Amino acid sequence: MNVALIPLIGYLALTLLLALWAQKQAKKGVGRGFIEEYFIGGRTMGGFVLAMTIIASYTSASSFVGGPGVAYKLGLGWVLLAMIQVPTTFLTLGVLGKRFAILGRRIHAVTITDFLYARYRSDAVVLLCSVAILLFFAASMVAQFIGGARVFQAVTGYPYEAGLILFGVTVVLYTAVGGFRAVAVTDALQGVVMLIASVVILFAVVRAGGGMEQCIQTLKGMDPGLVSPSGAGDSIPTPMLFSFWILVGLGILGLPQTTQRCFGYKNSKSMHDAMIIGTLIIGFLLLFMHLAGVLGRAVMPGLTSGDLIIPSLILELLPPFWAGVFVAGPLAAIMSTVDTMLLLVSASIIKDLYIRYRLKNDTSGISAKKIGRMSFCCTLAAGVLVFCASFNPPDLLVWINLFAFGGLEAVFLWPVVLGMYWRRANATGAVWSMAAGVAVFMILSVCKVPLGGVHAIVPTCVVSLLAFWLGSLRGDPVPPEVTRMFWGEEEEA
Amino acid sequence: MRKAFRQADREALITLGLYAFFFVWWTVFAFGLGSGDVEEYDYVLGLPAWFFYSCVLGYPVMTLVLWVVVRRFFADIPLDEAEDDEKGERQ
Repeated sequence: MNVALIPLIGYLALTLLLALWAQKQAKKGVGRGFIEEYFIGGRTMGGFVLAMTIIASYTSASSFVGGPGVAYKLGLGWVLLAMIQVPTTFLTLGVLGKRFAILGRRIHAVTITDFLYARYRSDAVVLLCSVAILLFFAASMVAQFIGGARVFQAVTGYPYEAGLILFGVTVVLYTAVGGFRAVAVTDALQGVVMLIASVVILFAVVRAGGGMEQCIQTLKGMDPGLVSPSGAGDSIPTPMLFSFWILVGLGILGLPQTTQRCFGYKNSKSMHDAMIIGTLIIGFLLLFMHLAGVLGRAVMPGLTSGDLIIPSLILELLPPFWAGVFVAGPLAAIMSTVDTMLLLVSASIIKDLYIRYRLKNDTSGISAKKIGRMSFCCTLAAGVLVFCASFNPPDLLVWINLFAFGGLEAVFLWPVVLGMYWRRANATGAVWSMAAGVAVFMILSVCKVPLGGVHAIVPTCVVSLLAFWLGSLRGDPVPPEVTRMFWGEEEEA
Repeated sequence: MRKAFRQADREALITLGLYAFFFVWWTVFAFGLGSGDVEEYDYVLGLPAWFFYSCVLGYPVMTLVLWVVVRRFFADIPLDEAEDDEKGERQ
Protein backbone atom coordinates (compact mmCIF):
# COMPACT_ATOMS: atom_id res chain seq x y z
CA MET A 1 0.00 0.00 0.00
CA ASN A 2 1.16 3.47 -0.88
CA VAL A 3 2.28 5.34 2.25
CA ALA A 4 0.73 8.55 0.94
CA LEU A 5 -2.63 6.91 1.50
CA ILE A 6 -2.29 6.60 5.28
CA PRO A 7 -2.40 10.31 6.22
CA LEU A 8 -5.06 10.86 3.59
CA ILE A 9 -7.39 8.24 5.01
CA GLY A 10 -6.63 9.52 8.50
CA TYR A 11 -7.64 12.99 7.40
CA LEU A 12 -10.88 11.81 5.82
CA ALA A 13 -11.71 9.85 8.97
CA LEU A 14 -11.09 12.97 11.03
CA THR A 15 -13.58 14.99 8.97
CA LEU A 16 -16.17 12.26 9.50
CA LEU A 17 -15.57 12.28 13.25
CA LEU A 18 -15.90 16.05 13.35
CA ALA A 19 -19.18 15.76 11.47
CA LEU A 20 -20.52 13.29 14.01
CA TRP A 21 -19.53 15.62 16.82
CA ALA A 22 -21.24 18.50 15.02
CA GLN A 23 -24.39 16.43 14.69
CA LYS A 24 -24.41 15.85 18.45
CA GLN A 25 -24.14 19.60 18.97
CA ALA A 26 -26.98 20.10 16.52
CA LYS A 27 -29.29 17.81 18.50
CA LYS A 28 -28.99 20.18 21.43
CA GLY A 29 -30.08 23.10 19.28
CA VAL A 30 -33.20 21.62 17.73
CA GLY A 31 -35.31 23.97 19.83
CA ARG A 32 -34.93 26.53 17.07
CA GLY A 33 -36.61 24.22 14.60
CA PHE A 34 -35.05 21.60 12.43
CA ILE A 35 -34.75 23.62 9.23
CA GLU A 36 -32.78 26.44 10.80
CA GLU A 37 -30.61 23.93 12.60
CA TYR A 38 -29.82 21.64 9.67
CA PHE A 39 -29.41 24.28 6.98
CA ILE A 40 -27.84 27.19 8.88
CA GLY A 41 -26.57 25.68 12.13
CA GLY A 42 -28.94 27.63 14.36
CA ARG A 43 -27.06 30.86 13.48
CA THR A 44 -24.31 30.28 16.01
CA MET A 45 -21.04 30.62 14.09
CA GLY A 46 -18.25 32.54 15.75
CA GLY A 47 -15.68 34.72 14.00
CA PHE A 48 -13.06 32.12 13.18
CA VAL A 49 -15.47 29.50 11.84
CA LEU A 50 -17.36 32.17 9.88
CA ALA A 51 -14.15 33.39 8.23
CA MET A 52 -13.01 29.87 7.46
CA THR A 53 -16.31 28.71 6.03
CA ILE A 54 -16.52 31.70 3.68
CA ILE A 55 -12.96 31.14 2.50
CA ALA A 56 -13.34 27.39 2.21
CA SER A 57 -16.56 27.52 0.25
CA TYR A 58 -15.08 30.17 -2.01
CA THR A 59 -11.68 28.62 -2.67
CA SER A 60 -12.12 25.51 -4.74
CA ALA A 61 -10.17 23.36 -7.12
CA SER A 62 -9.53 26.44 -9.21
CA SER A 63 -7.63 28.23 -6.44
CA PHE A 64 -5.59 25.19 -5.53
CA VAL A 65 -5.01 23.42 -8.83
CA GLY A 66 -6.31 25.39 -11.81
CA GLY A 67 -5.16 28.87 -10.72
CA PRO A 68 -1.59 27.86 -9.86
CA GLY A 69 -1.60 25.95 -13.14
CA VAL A 70 -2.30 29.12 -15.11
CA ALA A 71 0.25 30.98 -12.97
CA TYR A 72 2.78 28.32 -13.99
CA LYS A 73 2.19 29.21 -17.64
CA LEU A 74 1.79 32.99 -17.40
CA GLY A 75 3.91 34.02 -14.43
CA LEU A 76 3.58 36.66 -11.72
CA GLY A 77 0.90 38.56 -13.67
CA TRP A 78 -1.53 35.76 -12.85
CA VAL A 79 -0.70 36.01 -9.16
CA LEU A 80 -1.49 39.71 -9.36
CA LEU A 81 -4.83 38.75 -10.89
CA ALA A 82 -5.48 36.16 -8.17
CA MET A 83 -4.86 38.75 -5.47
CA ILE A 84 -7.96 40.62 -6.64
CA GLN A 85 -9.81 38.04 -4.53
CA VAL A 86 -8.25 39.20 -1.26
CA PRO A 87 -11.31 41.31 -0.28
CA THR A 88 -13.76 38.36 -0.75
CA THR A 89 -14.50 37.91 2.96
CA PHE A 90 -14.63 41.52 4.06
CA LEU A 91 -16.57 42.64 1.01
CA THR A 92 -19.22 39.94 1.42
CA LEU A 93 -19.58 40.49 5.14
CA GLY A 94 -19.19 44.25 5.13
CA VAL A 95 -21.73 44.95 2.40
CA LEU A 96 -24.29 42.21 3.04
CA GLY A 97 -23.42 40.88 6.48
CA LYS A 98 -25.40 42.84 9.01
CA ARG A 99 -28.52 43.40 6.97
CA PHE A 100 -28.58 39.71 6.03
CA ALA A 101 -28.12 38.68 9.64
CA ILE A 102 -30.92 40.93 10.88
CA LEU A 103 -33.33 40.12 8.07
CA GLY A 104 -32.44 36.44 8.10
CA ARG A 105 -33.52 36.21 11.73
CA ARG A 106 -36.63 38.25 11.10
CA ILE A 107 -37.88 36.18 8.17
CA HIS A 108 -36.24 32.87 9.19
CA ALA A 109 -34.26 32.75 5.98
CA VAL A 110 -31.79 29.94 5.44
CA THR A 111 -31.14 30.45 1.73
CA ILE A 112 -30.65 33.42 -0.57
CA THR A 113 -33.86 32.35 -2.29
CA ASP A 114 -35.74 32.74 1.00
CA PHE A 115 -34.41 36.24 1.25
CA LEU A 116 -35.31 37.11 -2.33
CA TYR A 117 -38.83 35.75 -1.86
CA ALA A 118 -39.36 37.90 1.21
CA ARG A 119 -38.16 40.93 -0.71
CA TYR A 120 -39.89 40.44 -4.06
CA ARG A 121 -42.86 38.19 -3.16
CA SER A 122 -42.62 36.56 -6.54
CA ASP A 123 -42.84 32.91 -7.55
CA ALA A 124 -40.99 33.64 -10.78
CA VAL A 125 -38.01 34.87 -8.77
CA VAL A 126 -38.03 31.75 -6.60
CA LEU A 127 -38.23 29.42 -9.58
CA LEU A 128 -35.48 31.17 -11.52
CA CYS A 129 -33.21 31.15 -8.45
CA SER A 130 -33.87 27.49 -7.74
CA VAL A 131 -33.20 26.45 -11.31
CA ALA A 132 -29.98 28.49 -11.36
CA ILE A 133 -28.80 26.95 -8.10
CA LEU A 134 -29.64 23.38 -9.05
CA LEU A 135 -28.11 23.62 -12.52
CA PHE A 136 -24.97 25.63 -11.82
CA PHE A 137 -24.20 23.93 -8.53
CA ALA A 138 -24.64 20.46 -10.00
CA ALA A 139 -22.21 21.31 -12.78
CA SER A 140 -19.70 22.87 -10.38
CA MET A 141 -19.83 19.94 -7.99
CA VAL A 142 -19.17 17.45 -10.76
CA ALA A 143 -16.23 19.55 -11.92
CA GLN A 144 -14.87 19.71 -8.37
CA PHE A 145 -15.16 15.95 -7.94
CA ILE A 146 -13.35 15.36 -11.22
CA GLY A 147 -10.58 17.77 -10.20
CA GLY A 148 -10.20 16.10 -6.81
CA ALA A 149 -10.07 12.60 -8.23
CA ARG A 150 -7.40 13.66 -10.75
CA VAL A 151 -5.21 15.16 -8.02
CA PHE A 152 -5.65 11.98 -6.01
CA GLN A 153 -4.67 9.91 -9.02
CA ALA A 154 -1.61 12.05 -9.74
CA VAL A 155 -0.27 11.91 -6.19
CA THR A 156 -1.07 8.38 -5.06
CA GLY A 157 -0.95 6.55 -8.37
CA TYR A 158 -4.24 4.82 -7.60
CA PRO A 159 -6.98 4.89 -10.25
CA TYR A 160 -9.24 7.91 -10.67
CA GLU A 161 -12.28 5.93 -9.54
CA ALA A 162 -10.67 4.93 -6.24
CA GLY A 163 -10.05 8.58 -5.36
CA LEU A 164 -13.55 9.53 -6.36
CA ILE A 165 -15.10 6.85 -4.15
CA LEU A 166 -12.86 7.62 -1.21
CA PHE A 167 -13.45 11.33 -0.87
CA GLY A 168 -16.81 11.44 -2.67
CA VAL A 169 -18.33 9.08 -0.12
CA THR A 170 -16.74 11.02 2.74
CA VAL A 171 -18.05 14.40 1.69
CA VAL A 172 -21.56 13.22 0.82
CA LEU A 173 -21.82 11.30 4.06
CA TYR A 174 -20.68 14.01 6.44
CA THR A 175 -22.79 16.66 4.73
CA ALA A 176 -25.95 14.58 4.79
CA VAL A 177 -25.47 13.43 8.37
CA GLY A 178 -24.24 16.61 10.00
CA GLY A 179 -25.89 19.40 8.00
CA PHE A 180 -24.62 22.95 8.25
CA ARG A 181 -22.73 22.50 11.50
CA ALA A 182 -20.72 19.66 10.04
CA VAL A 183 -20.05 21.69 6.91
CA ALA A 184 -18.90 24.72 8.91
CA VAL A 185 -16.70 22.78 11.32
CA THR A 186 -15.08 20.69 8.61
CA ASP A 187 -14.62 23.87 6.55
CA ALA A 188 -12.63 25.32 9.42
CA LEU A 189 -10.48 22.19 9.63
CA GLN A 190 -10.07 22.16 5.87
CA GLY A 191 -9.10 25.82 5.88
CA VAL A 192 -6.34 25.10 8.38
CA VAL A 193 -5.13 22.16 6.31
CA MET A 194 -5.07 24.33 3.18
CA LEU A 195 -3.11 26.97 5.04
CA ILE A 196 -0.44 24.58 6.27
CA ALA A 197 -0.25 22.84 2.90
CA SER A 198 0.28 26.12 1.07
CA VAL A 199 3.17 27.13 3.35
CA VAL A 200 4.93 23.79 3.07
CA ILE A 201 4.51 23.63 -0.71
CA LEU A 202 5.82 27.14 -1.26
CA PHE A 203 8.83 26.63 0.98
CA ALA A 204 9.63 23.32 -0.69
CA VAL A 205 9.58 25.02 -4.10
CA VAL A 206 11.72 27.96 -3.05
CA ARG A 207 14.27 25.61 -1.54
CA ALA A 208 14.33 23.35 -4.58
CA GLY A 209 14.81 26.37 -6.83
CA GLY A 210 17.82 27.61 -4.85
CA GLY A 211 16.16 30.54 -3.07
CA MET A 212 13.67 33.17 -4.14
CA GLU A 213 16.16 35.36 -5.99
CA GLN A 214 17.53 32.46 -7.97
CA CYS A 215 14.01 31.27 -8.91
CA ILE A 216 12.97 34.69 -10.17
CA GLN A 217 16.16 35.14 -12.17
CA THR A 218 15.71 31.69 -13.73
CA LEU A 219 12.17 32.63 -14.75
CA LYS A 220 13.33 35.95 -16.14
CA GLY A 221 15.88 34.07 -18.20
CA MET A 222 13.15 31.85 -19.67
CA ASP A 223 10.82 34.69 -20.55
CA PRO A 224 10.95 38.23 -19.10
CA GLY A 225 7.15 38.31 -19.36
CA LEU A 226 6.96 35.77 -16.53
CA VAL A 227 8.03 38.43 -14.02
CA SER A 228 5.97 41.32 -15.44
CA PRO A 229 2.31 42.16 -14.70
CA SER A 230 1.31 41.50 -18.32
CA GLY A 231 2.33 37.83 -18.24
CA ALA A 232 4.41 35.62 -20.50
CA GLY A 233 4.15 36.87 -24.08
CA ASP A 234 1.86 39.73 -22.96
CA SER A 235 -0.92 37.20 -22.57
CA ILE A 236 -2.79 39.10 -19.82
CA PRO A 237 -4.19 42.22 -21.46
CA THR A 238 -4.88 45.09 -19.07
CA PRO A 239 -8.65 45.22 -19.83
CA MET A 240 -8.89 41.57 -18.85
CA LEU A 241 -6.96 42.18 -15.64
CA PHE A 242 -9.38 44.93 -14.69
CA SER A 243 -12.52 43.02 -15.64
CA PHE A 244 -11.53 40.48 -13.01
CA TRP A 245 -12.35 43.19 -10.48
CA ILE A 246 -15.93 42.45 -11.49
CA LEU A 247 -15.75 38.68 -12.03
CA VAL A 248 -13.91 37.77 -8.82
CA GLY A 249 -14.25 41.20 -7.21
CA LEU A 250 -17.57 42.98 -6.77
CA GLY A 251 -19.38 40.17 -8.54
CA ILE A 252 -18.83 37.76 -5.65
CA LEU A 253 -21.69 39.55 -3.90
CA GLY A 254 -23.82 37.43 -6.22
CA LEU A 255 -22.44 34.03 -5.24
CA PRO A 256 -25.08 32.25 -3.14
CA GLN A 257 -22.56 29.81 -1.63
CA THR A 258 -20.60 32.58 0.10
CA THR A 259 -23.32 35.17 0.74
CA GLN A 260 -25.55 32.59 2.43
CA ARG A 261 -22.97 32.48 5.25
CA CYS A 262 -24.10 35.95 6.31
CA PHE A 263 -27.28 34.40 7.76
CA GLY A 264 -25.40 32.08 10.05
CA TYR A 265 -23.23 33.97 12.50
CA LYS A 266 -23.85 34.63 16.15
CA ASN A 267 -23.37 38.36 16.72
CA SER A 268 -21.76 41.56 15.44
CA LYS A 269 -18.46 40.66 17.01
CA SER A 270 -18.23 37.37 15.09
CA MET A 271 -18.72 39.32 11.89
CA HIS A 272 -16.10 41.95 12.72
CA ASP A 273 -13.54 39.29 13.64
CA ALA A 274 -14.31 37.25 10.55
CA MET A 275 -13.73 40.26 8.28
CA ILE A 276 -10.20 40.65 9.61
CA ILE A 277 -9.23 36.99 10.04
CA GLY A 278 -10.74 36.09 6.69
CA THR A 279 -8.82 38.73 4.78
CA LEU A 280 -5.50 37.74 6.29
CA ILE A 281 -6.01 34.05 5.62
CA ILE A 282 -7.39 34.22 2.12
CA GLY A 283 -4.61 36.60 1.05
CA PHE A 284 -2.07 34.21 2.44
CA LEU A 285 -3.59 31.20 0.67
CA LEU A 286 -3.97 32.92 -2.68
CA LEU A 287 -0.45 34.35 -2.62
CA PHE A 288 1.28 31.18 -1.50
CA MET A 289 -0.49 28.77 -3.84
CA HIS A 290 -0.24 30.92 -6.95
CA LEU A 291 3.36 31.91 -6.25
CA ALA A 292 4.18 28.22 -5.80
CA GLY A 293 2.72 27.66 -9.25
CA VAL A 294 4.90 30.37 -10.81
CA LEU A 295 8.11 29.34 -9.05
CA GLY A 296 7.34 25.72 -9.84
CA ARG A 297 8.23 26.53 -13.41
CA ALA A 298 11.80 27.33 -12.36
CA VAL A 299 12.00 23.90 -10.71
CA MET A 300 10.06 21.82 -13.23
CA PRO A 301 9.91 23.50 -16.59
CA GLY A 302 8.20 21.73 -19.45
CA LEU A 303 5.09 20.20 -17.87
CA THR A 304 2.53 19.54 -20.59
CA SER A 305 -0.39 20.86 -18.56
CA GLY A 306 -0.22 23.62 -15.95
CA ASP A 307 -2.85 21.77 -13.91
CA LEU A 308 -0.23 19.18 -13.08
CA ILE A 309 2.08 21.60 -11.32
CA ILE A 310 0.74 21.41 -7.77
CA PRO A 311 0.36 17.61 -7.71
CA SER A 312 3.78 17.24 -9.34
CA LEU A 313 5.42 19.56 -6.83
CA ILE A 314 3.85 17.67 -3.94
CA LEU A 315 4.96 14.38 -5.41
CA GLU A 316 8.50 15.39 -6.35
CA LEU A 317 9.53 17.63 -3.49
CA LEU A 318 7.97 15.95 -0.47
CA PRO A 319 8.62 12.50 0.98
CA PRO A 320 5.71 10.10 0.26
CA PHE A 321 4.15 10.26 3.71
CA TRP A 322 4.15 14.04 3.69
CA ALA A 323 2.88 14.08 0.14
CA GLY A 324 -0.16 12.30 1.51
CA VAL A 325 -0.53 14.94 4.21
CA PHE A 326 -0.36 17.84 1.80
CA VAL A 327 -2.44 16.49 -1.00
CA ALA A 328 -5.10 16.88 1.64
CA GLY A 329 -4.78 20.64 0.94
CA PRO A 330 -6.26 20.60 -2.56
CA LEU A 331 -8.72 17.90 -1.53
CA ALA A 332 -9.84 20.08 1.38
CA ALA A 333 -10.40 23.00 -0.97
CA ILE A 334 -12.55 20.78 -3.15
CA MET A 335 -14.53 19.05 -0.42
CA SER A 336 -15.29 22.29 1.37
CA THR A 337 -16.81 23.73 -1.80
CA VAL A 338 -18.80 20.60 -2.59
CA ASP A 339 -20.25 20.23 0.92
CA THR A 340 -21.57 23.80 0.86
CA MET A 341 -23.14 23.43 -2.56
CA LEU A 342 -24.63 20.07 -1.70
CA LEU A 343 -26.35 21.45 1.37
CA LEU A 344 -27.64 24.47 -0.57
CA VAL A 345 -29.04 22.25 -3.31
CA SER A 346 -30.81 20.25 -0.64
CA ALA A 347 -32.04 23.44 1.07
CA SER A 348 -33.28 24.67 -2.26
CA ILE A 349 -35.31 21.52 -2.86
CA ILE A 350 -36.67 21.13 0.68
CA LYS A 351 -37.17 24.71 1.80
CA ASP A 352 -37.55 26.72 -1.40
CA LEU A 353 -39.58 24.24 -3.38
CA TYR A 354 -41.14 21.49 -1.24
CA ILE A 355 -42.15 23.43 1.86
CA ARG A 356 -43.07 26.57 -0.01
CA TYR A 357 -45.14 25.02 -2.79
CA ARG A 358 -46.14 21.55 -1.68
CA LEU A 359 -46.91 22.42 1.93
CA LYS A 360 -47.81 26.04 1.20
CA ASN A 361 -45.31 27.10 3.86
CA ASP A 362 -47.31 25.35 6.54
CA THR A 363 -45.14 22.85 8.38
CA SER A 364 -47.59 22.32 11.25
CA GLY A 365 -49.03 19.15 9.73
CA ILE A 366 -45.65 17.51 9.43
CA SER A 367 -43.38 16.38 12.23
CA ALA A 368 -39.86 17.73 12.69
CA LYS A 369 -38.67 14.15 12.52
CA LYS A 370 -40.15 13.68 9.10
CA ILE A 371 -38.64 16.90 7.79
CA GLY A 372 -35.35 15.76 9.25
CA ARG A 373 -35.51 12.45 7.46
CA MET A 374 -36.51 14.12 4.21
CA SER A 375 -33.68 16.65 4.40
CA PHE A 376 -31.17 13.91 5.10
CA CYS A 377 -32.43 11.79 2.21
CA CYS A 378 -32.50 14.76 -0.10
CA THR A 379 -28.89 15.73 0.65
CA LEU A 380 -27.84 12.12 0.28
CA ALA A 381 -29.70 11.67 -3.00
CA ALA A 382 -28.26 14.87 -4.48
CA GLY A 383 -24.79 13.80 -3.41
CA VAL A 384 -25.15 10.32 -4.88
CA LEU A 385 -26.40 11.76 -8.18
CA VAL A 386 -23.45 14.13 -8.46
CA PHE A 387 -21.11 11.36 -7.41
CA CYS A 388 -22.41 9.00 -10.11
CA ALA A 389 -22.28 11.74 -12.72
CA SER A 390 -18.58 12.23 -11.95
CA PHE A 391 -17.65 8.70 -13.00
CA ASN A 392 -18.63 9.41 -16.53
CA PRO A 393 -19.30 13.13 -16.66
CA PRO A 394 -22.01 14.10 -19.14
CA ASP A 395 -20.68 16.63 -21.65
CA LEU A 396 -23.56 18.94 -20.89
CA LEU A 397 -22.58 19.33 -17.23
CA VAL A 398 -18.92 19.89 -18.07
CA TRP A 399 -20.03 22.52 -20.53
CA ILE A 400 -22.39 24.22 -18.08
CA ASN A 401 -19.62 24.39 -15.51
CA LEU A 402 -17.69 26.78 -17.74
CA PHE A 403 -20.45 29.31 -17.16
CA ALA A 404 -21.38 28.40 -13.60
CA PHE A 405 -19.38 31.07 -11.79
CA GLY A 406 -20.32 34.00 -14.02
CA GLY A 407 -23.82 32.58 -14.51
CA LEU A 408 -24.53 32.63 -10.76
CA GLU A 409 -23.35 36.22 -10.61
CA ALA A 410 -25.52 37.15 -13.58
CA VAL A 411 -28.56 35.71 -11.80
CA PHE A 412 -28.02 36.83 -8.21
CA LEU A 413 -25.87 39.96 -8.13
CA TRP A 414 -28.39 42.72 -8.79
CA PRO A 415 -31.46 41.10 -7.24
CA VAL A 416 -29.50 40.67 -3.99
CA VAL A 417 -27.67 43.99 -3.89
CA LEU A 418 -30.44 46.22 -5.21
CA GLY A 419 -33.05 44.30 -3.24
CA MET A 420 -31.31 45.41 -0.13
CA TYR A 421 -30.23 48.90 -1.05
CA TRP A 422 -32.78 50.23 -3.54
CA ARG A 423 -36.25 50.76 -2.16
CA ARG A 424 -37.94 50.80 -5.53
CA ALA A 425 -36.49 47.50 -6.69
CA ASN A 426 -39.38 45.16 -7.48
CA ALA A 427 -40.10 41.68 -8.79
CA THR A 428 -40.37 42.70 -12.44
CA GLY A 429 -36.94 44.28 -12.24
CA ALA A 430 -35.47 41.20 -10.60
CA VAL A 431 -36.92 38.82 -13.18
CA TRP A 432 -35.84 40.96 -16.12
CA SER A 433 -32.38 41.33 -14.67
CA MET A 434 -31.94 37.57 -14.15
CA ALA A 435 -33.22 36.69 -17.60
CA ALA A 436 -31.22 39.39 -19.39
CA GLY A 437 -28.08 38.63 -17.35
CA VAL A 438 -28.02 34.93 -18.12
CA ALA A 439 -28.95 35.47 -21.77
CA VAL A 440 -26.24 38.07 -22.39
CA PHE A 441 -23.63 36.10 -20.48
CA MET A 442 -24.34 32.88 -22.37
CA ILE A 443 -24.46 34.56 -25.77
CA LEU A 444 -21.20 36.43 -25.22
CA SER A 445 -19.41 33.38 -23.81
CA VAL A 446 -20.73 30.75 -26.20
CA CYS A 447 -20.25 32.82 -29.35
CA LYS A 448 -16.89 34.05 -28.01
CA VAL A 449 -17.75 37.61 -29.04
CA PRO A 450 -14.46 39.53 -29.13
CA LEU A 451 -14.54 42.28 -26.49
CA GLY A 452 -10.91 43.41 -26.66
CA GLY A 453 -9.89 41.37 -23.62
CA VAL A 454 -12.83 42.46 -21.46
CA HIS A 455 -14.48 39.50 -19.74
CA ALA A 456 -18.10 38.75 -20.69
CA ILE A 457 -19.20 39.39 -17.10
CA VAL A 458 -18.67 43.14 -17.49
CA PRO A 459 -21.22 43.79 -20.26
CA THR A 460 -23.46 41.21 -18.57
CA CYS A 461 -23.56 43.23 -15.36
CA VAL A 462 -24.24 46.44 -17.24
CA VAL A 463 -27.10 44.95 -19.25
CA SER A 464 -28.67 43.20 -16.27
CA LEU A 465 -28.47 46.41 -14.24
CA LEU A 466 -30.23 48.26 -17.03
CA ALA A 467 -32.86 45.53 -17.30
CA PHE A 468 -33.37 45.73 -13.55
CA TRP A 469 -33.91 49.45 -13.67
CA LEU A 470 -36.32 49.31 -16.62
CA GLY A 471 -38.23 46.40 -15.09
CA SER A 472 -38.57 48.21 -11.79
CA LEU A 473 -40.01 51.24 -13.55
CA ARG A 474 -42.59 49.05 -15.30
CA GLY A 475 -43.46 46.76 -12.39
CA ASP A 476 -45.82 47.26 -9.45
CA PRO A 477 -44.64 49.46 -6.59
CA VAL A 478 -43.13 47.73 -3.56
CA PRO A 479 -45.82 46.85 -0.96
CA PRO A 480 -45.51 48.95 2.23
CA GLU A 481 -45.05 45.89 4.47
CA VAL A 482 -41.95 44.92 2.50
CA THR A 483 -40.53 48.42 2.87
CA ARG A 484 -41.24 48.24 6.57
CA MET A 485 -39.56 44.88 6.93
CA PHE A 486 -36.45 45.86 4.98
CA TRP A 487 -35.97 49.45 6.08
CA GLY A 488 -37.34 49.66 9.58
CA GLU A 489 -40.64 50.17 11.38
CA GLU A 490 -41.07 53.90 11.21
CA GLU A 491 -40.84 53.93 7.44
CA GLU A 492 -44.58 53.69 6.69
CA ALA A 493 -45.46 57.31 7.33
CA MET B 1 -34.30 48.32 14.30
CA ARG B 2 -34.26 51.30 12.04
CA LYS B 3 -31.16 52.54 13.80
CA ALA B 4 -29.50 49.17 13.28
CA PHE B 5 -30.24 49.35 9.56
CA ARG B 6 -28.77 52.83 9.36
CA GLN B 7 -25.61 51.67 11.06
CA ALA B 8 -25.43 48.63 8.74
CA ASP B 9 -25.76 50.91 5.71
CA ARG B 10 -22.99 53.15 6.95
CA GLU B 11 -20.75 50.14 7.48
CA ALA B 12 -21.51 48.94 3.96
CA LEU B 13 -20.34 52.28 2.61
CA ILE B 14 -17.17 52.13 4.70
CA THR B 15 -16.56 48.63 3.32
CA LEU B 16 -16.80 49.94 -0.22
CA GLY B 17 -14.30 52.63 0.75
CA LEU B 18 -11.90 49.96 2.01
CA TYR B 19 -12.42 48.06 -1.20
CA ALA B 20 -11.53 51.17 -3.18
CA PHE B 21 -8.41 51.56 -1.05
CA PHE B 22 -7.26 48.04 -1.91
CA PHE B 23 -8.02 48.62 -5.58
CA VAL B 24 -5.91 51.80 -5.65
CA TRP B 25 -3.04 50.17 -3.75
CA TRP B 26 -3.04 47.19 -6.10
CA THR B 27 -3.23 49.31 -9.25
CA VAL B 28 -0.70 51.96 -8.27
CA PHE B 29 2.03 49.53 -7.27
CA ALA B 30 1.44 46.93 -9.97
CA PHE B 31 1.31 49.38 -12.85
CA GLY B 32 3.33 52.23 -11.37
CA LEU B 33 6.35 50.01 -10.81
CA GLY B 34 5.68 47.14 -13.17
CA SER B 35 4.82 48.61 -16.54
CA GLY B 36 8.37 49.65 -17.45
CA ASP B 37 11.10 47.54 -19.00
CA VAL B 38 11.70 44.26 -17.21
CA GLU B 39 15.47 44.83 -17.31
CA GLU B 40 15.11 47.95 -15.16
CA TYR B 41 13.05 46.41 -12.37
CA ASP B 42 14.07 46.88 -8.75
CA TYR B 43 13.97 43.84 -6.51
CA VAL B 44 12.85 43.38 -2.93
CA LEU B 45 13.71 40.07 -1.23
CA GLY B 46 14.36 38.59 -4.63
CA LEU B 47 10.93 39.52 -5.99
CA PRO B 48 10.29 42.30 -8.50
CA ALA B 49 9.41 45.46 -6.57
CA TRP B 50 5.99 45.87 -8.26
CA PHE B 51 5.05 42.38 -7.18
CA PHE B 52 6.40 42.75 -3.68
CA TYR B 53 4.50 45.95 -2.94
CA SER B 54 1.20 45.16 -4.69
CA CYS B 55 0.84 41.48 -3.80
CA VAL B 56 3.10 40.49 -0.92
CA LEU B 57 2.75 43.67 1.12
CA GLY B 58 -0.73 44.57 -0.11
CA TYR B 59 -2.82 42.11 1.82
CA PRO B 60 -1.16 42.46 5.25
CA VAL B 61 -1.54 46.23 4.89
CA MET B 62 -5.17 45.72 3.91
CA THR B 63 -5.72 43.52 6.96
CA LEU B 64 -4.15 46.10 9.23
CA VAL B 65 -6.26 48.93 7.83
CA LEU B 66 -9.34 46.74 8.16
CA TRP B 67 -8.50 45.97 11.75
CA VAL B 68 -8.24 49.65 12.64
CA VAL B 69 -11.35 50.68 10.70
CA VAL B 70 -13.53 47.81 11.93
CA ARG B 71 -12.54 48.35 15.56
CA ARG B 72 -13.08 52.07 15.24
CA PHE B 73 -16.22 52.44 13.10
CA PHE B 74 -18.14 49.18 13.22
CA ALA B 75 -20.73 49.01 15.95
CA ASP B 76 -21.84 46.05 17.99
CA ILE B 77 -25.52 46.09 17.09
CA PRO B 78 -28.10 43.48 18.12
CA LEU B 79 -29.10 41.17 15.28
CA ASP B 80 -32.54 40.10 16.39
CA GLU B 81 -35.48 41.75 18.02
CA ALA B 82 -35.55 39.37 20.98
CA GLU B 83 -31.94 40.12 21.80
CA ASP B 84 -32.82 43.79 21.55
CA ASP B 85 -35.45 43.49 24.29
CA GLU B 86 -33.21 41.44 26.55
CA LYS B 87 -30.53 44.07 26.40
CA GLY B 88 -33.01 46.79 27.11
CA GLU B 89 -34.14 45.02 30.26
CA ARG B 90 -30.65 44.45 31.52
CA GLN B 91 -29.54 48.02 31.13
